[in-house]
Amino acid sequence: MNPFPQTLLDQVDSSDPENWKLSHYVKRGGYAAIKKILSDKMTPDEVIEEVKKSALRGRGGAGFPTGLKWSFMPKQYEGDKYIVCNSDEGEPGTFKDRDIMRFNPHILIEGMVVAAYAMGVKAGYNYIHGEIWDTYTRMEEAVDEARVAGYLGENILGSNFSFNLYNHHGYGAYICGEETALLESLEGKKGQPRFKPPFPANFGLYGKPTTINNTETFASVPWIINHGGEKYLELGKPNNGGTKLFSVSGHVNKPGNYEIPMGTPFAALLEMAGGMRGGRKLKACIPGGSSMPVLPGDVMMETDMDYDSIAKAGSMLGSGAVIIMDETTCMVRALERLSYFYFEESCGQCTPCREGTGWLYRIINRIENGKGKMEDLDLLDNIADNIQGRTICALGDAAAMPVRAMIEHFRDEFIYHIENKKCMV
Amino acid sequence: MINIEIDGKQVSVPKGGTVMDGAKELGIYIPHFCYHKKLSIAANCRMCLVQVEKAPKPLPACATPVMEGMKVTTASEQAVTAQKGVMEFLLINHPLDCPICDQGGECQLQDLAVGYGAGQSRYTETKRTVANKNLGPLISTDMTRCIHCTRCVRFGQEIAGIMELGMTGRGEHAEIQAFVGKTVDSELSGNVIDLCPVGALVSKPFRYSARTWELSRRKSISPHCGLGSNLVVQVKQNRVMRVLPREDESINECWLSDKDRFSYEGLNSEDRLTKPMIKCADQWKEVAWQDALQFVATNMKAIKEKNGANGIGALVSPHSTVEELYLLQKLMRGFGSGNIDHRLRQSDFRFDKSESGVPWLGTSIADISSLDAVLVVGSTLRKDHPLIAQRMRQAVKKGMQLNLINPIGDDLLMHVANEAIVAPSAMASALAEVLKVVIDAKAATVSSNVKDIIKTITVSDTSTRIAASLLEGEKTAIYLGNLAQHHPQYSELHQLVNFIADILGAKFGVLGEAANSVGAYLAGAIPNKLMGNDQCISGFDASQMLATNASQPAMLCQGYVLMNVEPEHDVHNAQQALKSLGEADFVVALSSYKGKATEYADVLLPIAPFTETSGTFVNTEGRVQTFNGVVTPLGETRPAWKVIRVLGNLLALNGFDYETSEQVRADVIPNLGDVSAQLDNNRTLASMTVVSESSGKVERIGEVPIYQADPIVRRAESLQQTNDAVSPCAWMSPDLLQKLSIKPGDKVKIKQNDGEIRLRAASDEKLPDNCVRLVSAHAETSELGSMFGEILIEKL
Amino acid sequence: MLSPESLKRIDHEISKYPLDKKQSAVMSALAIAQEEKGWLATETMNFIAKYLDMPSIAVYEVATFYNMYNLEPLGNYKLTICTNLPCALSGGYDAADYLKKKLGIGFNETTVDGKFTLKEGECMGACGDAPVLLVNNHRMCSFMSNEAIDKILEELSK
Ligand SMILES: Cc1cc2nc3c(=O)[nH]c(=O)nc-3n(C[C@H](O)[C@H](O)[C@H](O)COP(=O)(O)O)c2cc1C
Ligand code: SF4
Ligand code: FES
Repeated sequence: MNPFPQTLLDQVDSSDPENWKLSHYVKRGGYAAIKKILSDKMTPDEVIEEVKKSALRGRGGAGFPTGLKWSFMPKQYEGDKYIVCNSDEGEPGTFKDRDIMRFNPHILIEGMVVAAYAMGVKAGYNYIHGEIWDTYTRMEEAVDEARVAGYLGENILGSNFSFNLYNHHGYGAYICGEETALLESLEGKKGQPRFKPPFPANFGLYGKPTTINNTETFASVPWIINHGGEKYLELGKPNNGGTKLFSVSGHVNKPGNYEIPMGTPFAALLEMAGGMRGGRKLKACIPGGSSMPVLPGDVMMETDMDYDSIAKAGSMLGSGAVIIMDETTCMVRALERLSYFYFEESCGQCTPCREGTGWLYRIINRIENGKGKMEDLDLLDNIADNIQGRTICALGDAAAMPVRAMIEHFRDEFIYHIENKKCMV
Repeated sequence: MINIEIDGKQVSVPKGGTVMDGAKELGIYIPHFCYHKKLSIAANCRMCLVQVEKAPKPLPACATPVMEGMKVTTASEQAVTAQKGVMEFLLINHPLDCPICDQGGECQLQDLAVGYGAGQSRYTETKRTVANKNLGPLISTDMTRCIHCTRCVRFGQEIAGIMELGMTGRGEHAEIQAFVGKTVDSELSGNVIDLCPVGALVSKPFRYSARTWELSRRKSISPHCGLGSNLVVQVKQNRVMRVLPREDESINECWLSDKDRFSYEGLNSEDRLTKPMIKCADQWKEVAWQDALQFVATNMKAIKEKNGANGIGALVSPHSTVEELYLLQKLMRGFGSGNIDHRLRQSDFRFDKSESGVPWLGTSIADISSLDAVLVVGSTLRKDHPLIAQRMRQAVKKGMQLNLINPIGDDLLMHVANEAIVAPSAMASALAEVLKVVIDAKAATVSSNVKDIIKTITVSDTSTRIAASLLEGEKTAIYLGNLAQHHPQYSELHQLVNFIADILGAKFGVLGEAANSVGAYLAGAIPNKLMGNDQCISGFDASQMLATNASQPAMLCQGYVLMNVEPEHDVHNAQQALKSLGEADFVVALSSYKGKATEYADVLLPIAPFTETSGTFVNTEGRVQTFNGVVTPLGETRPAWKVIRVLGNLLALNGFDYETSEQVRADVIPNLGDVSAQLDNNRTLASMTVVSESSGKVERIGEVPIYQADPIVRRAESLQQTNDAVSPCAWMSPDLLQKLSIKPGDKVKIKQNDGEIRLRAASDEKLPDNCVRLVSAHAETSELGSMFGEILIEKL
Repeated sequence: MLSPESLKRIDHEISKYPLDKKQSAVMSALAIAQEEKGWLATETMNFIAKYLDMPSIAVYEVATFYNMYNLEPLGNYKLTICTNLPCALSGGYDAADYLKKKLGIGFNETTVDGKFTLKEGECMGACGDAPVLLVNNHRMCSFMSNEAIDKILEELSK
């Protein structure tokens, strides 16, 4: 049992096939937040203030303060504005948004209704990862339910506030998780990121002001409104408010999603996930999804699970995907697979990423296949340098960071591979 | 304005501008590939990375907006490391085939690699190869060389108005290509060759024919449409190898239409006439210039003796130079005949009596960019004036309303606010409807003739909206297109537009069809007294000269002088022209080509095309542009002005002792001066008739296809292989097809007067009822008559 | 070209977007067309381009950008197995190898009976259930042990 307070999957019973439904959600106290806002006549600014107080930071990867982001939306804008939910969860290791949508879809809908209210938006889109098709159909059903019940559509709950929400599915492109690529995709184009500025708050979907948040970010909002921003902040720690879902995968006994307060020690999370599989030793951990730098096991064991602590340890909390690797893992092979991923998923638009990701992969592949040269290690580092910070979007960084961290922390293993043309483990 | 500092120099850039703008202002070069001043910003090549104070990483100059106090360094260590890193990435998969690449010597990648590339490649993996694509007859591909800057894709979307190329696939698999099985068909397609910074897209006709450093570059002016695009003609061993744009923001900007770019192939055609020839006892033989000219003089004199000087007429192409046209009219008039005309496709000359000035665009070309609303009457703009259409496209994007009255509803690749697609015979009444709304709205007083006309007219919704669009705009213009000028009721169309524009205070103009439509008037290549020259003799217009059934035989021409004209293509009624020429006593053709002239001429005089002579064109906006020959004349070809000069001497006429073409020009346009005082579109027609009822007869829409418009383009082989040059069909609305029980694809018999041809029928649902779109100026339709009017069509 | 049901579904997708933004429905339209036809032939893409009033090359760009579109005919069942790192740590490659052996084909190959095509996939956002297998894009199968693979193949072979 999870001993911690839950804000996202509170009272959710994933074994009950009916549990996702509107009636169940309402029984669990759902849609209270929007009712509260409407009956207390909270102003949009007051809603944003509450979110600011909560220190909720974006759960999509960058950890940007959500309240602040919402306040960037132009208030006096004539014409359409949009909110967009980023459910294109594709970062290897991350599978939390899927569970929110599968098991508690209405909390996301309610979160988006509140966000729409706060930002004066009439239409929103939820962009769902293509491979989780059943989740897309679930969301379609949930949106229909909410519309019928008057939580979506014109004059929500008899107020003069209207908001329509539509689901849009991806079809197999990791890059569409990047927010501007997602917008392009939503417009019916290739998912190629846009150069920023202009930022979506000024030039977003169809060129209109747009706010994009991760699924978990939106889903965190109802609790904040119901209990107050301060309460939420107190669940976690300063600057790292609330609880968060961590997707634990890899060499653990019970992979899965665990909602824990920000600042919970990694050791506690590992224990919740059933500990190391086969009782083996923790060799390495990628604490925030595959794009983030890897950390050696011993460093990880000393770290707490929040943005600031993980940053201090030398990585990033990212999307909260915790990939656990035990002592049997070959780090060269692991890196080879990750590099292949970025090489495959580069959108191909900008030069350093299009050309550099393939180069990285081919060198690592050579090393893995016993054809590495010692100078390859510096070359890899230098290529990564030439990609990082030089691309249109952060996929370039995402491809470069794992390479640099792997070589930094597990250089011996790479050298062994090159010298002995075989694996150390 | 925002003040920033680049490499220690201060510069002010308009708000919203970029670091690149600032650098250009200062003359600081920042390396780049994807950036192009006329295209949207993609920021994908990353070559332009520069260091910006306080920014944690290098930023692309092309996309980084300026901010007050910004400090930029373009060549700091951070910037140069970034630029070199990008260059290395660009080169790892780029082939090392510069020695055989057509772009060699003018390749941005090659140039920059010298400054930013490393000597030795660190890339030891296999290089990527990409399959080449067939993009049609004009663009050749070497896709392995592509650096994915997407300039070509953006050009299509933004400038040409049609997305034909895209970047498919993703990551390393990203490739530039057209949709499966499609080619690039835009009439502006060749510009992607210039835009491509590497040798991925190169000119197919030019391919492998020369290395860039073997070419000499010479300035010229395009002889095709009325725009007068500025050219760089590239020459190797006295042969024109390639034509490129010469930038002029107020004319062609940095673009060229494919017609301007690829027509040069026609200059090197096998069909070039290289020696004077005369027909003796039905045999053609090559003769010396002196003999040929003597033969001409003798025959001209003979006709004069028999029928009077009026028995000779000169039909001249408006693609000829001012000098050529002026001298020929001087010769004709000196000889005693006022029969000269360049308006060969025009059929309605009722205005000639009232012409007060030279018809012209009515605005400058650049002005088009800032109009709020435009009405175009009788033009498929894209094909008639590709770059004017492009300019309008950009204006439409900025909010200009484009309205159209035309019998053809082809997609103009820009948003058309309102369009009346009506039969040719209904165009005047559509304009009269617009006039009626405008008169009512402005409470204008009009003549009784106009009152009578609008009384009987019912205004359609479309006409109301067109009028409203013009009434709303502040800066508005109405343009009469080629088709309007060829129209049998051109006088009415012109007069109606004249009225509408006057009431609205709008500009109005005539889109000059040919390179020298304005210059030909100035040169006096018209049969009436223009240019305030009272001594000049009047004569027959083009249609009178070619008439076959004049009531008085004295009105018929017995002899013809043709200059750059192929009557089977270049006149309003090819059937009649060929008949008249066939019956004539004597025909002399001054031409660069043999063509079919051997069938109707008695003498062929090889004259120089624009690349082999100096001359002057006055473009549709009245801009005088002179040019020099870029190669020496082929064979025994001579510049036409010299030929006419000698002929003048042989005919013992006064005033034919010019030594240079400049002297000739000075008679027409002294000191290369401003000609605007002579330009005037205002006309008065004694009385108009506007019929609003349809006659029920089947009408021909005889437009001129883009690559059939003049003798040079007709011989440009590659252009003749494009989809714009496919064999003509008889296009009809589905209704008409049904009425005639014809199915698309059926062979049909088409009759007009005495001529009959067979073509396939095709369906175009945008065509008005009872109309057959049937091109003129085409070998397959030259047996037909007038470009407009009744035709008979039957299923075979 | 497409069945009335497919068109109805596409129309529903179009209705999600502003009137002048039909193009937004291109991804779902292609997915729906592919569900009906099995793959995206040139005519199918052309049809969708016309239906959504967009250049056919723009449709082609989309169809080639996203992994789940089939640009050539495949077996009746496209099996996509995730081998990304989290799945690989929990037997993704073992499952892939087992599938290859059982079906007698490699990645990007189709069984001779035309039943199965095997593809290697990237992260499907379900790493907790590793190894995961996607059947014809829309059916996700979790915890793909050898026994589970046997079961699913048996079911699909019927
Ligand atoms: C390559 C790349 C992939 C991304 N994938 C996702 C994703 O799958 N889901 C997500 O929410 N954010 C993803 N992001 C982050 C988004 O761009 C964006 O920051 C986020 O959706 C903002 O929401 P938040 O403020 O609620 O975190 C990705 C970013 C990059 C550069
Ligand atoms: S970094 Fe990669 S994914 Fe991002 S825009 Fe550039 S090419 Fe595309
Ligand atoms: S010119 Fe700036 S990124 Fe290409």
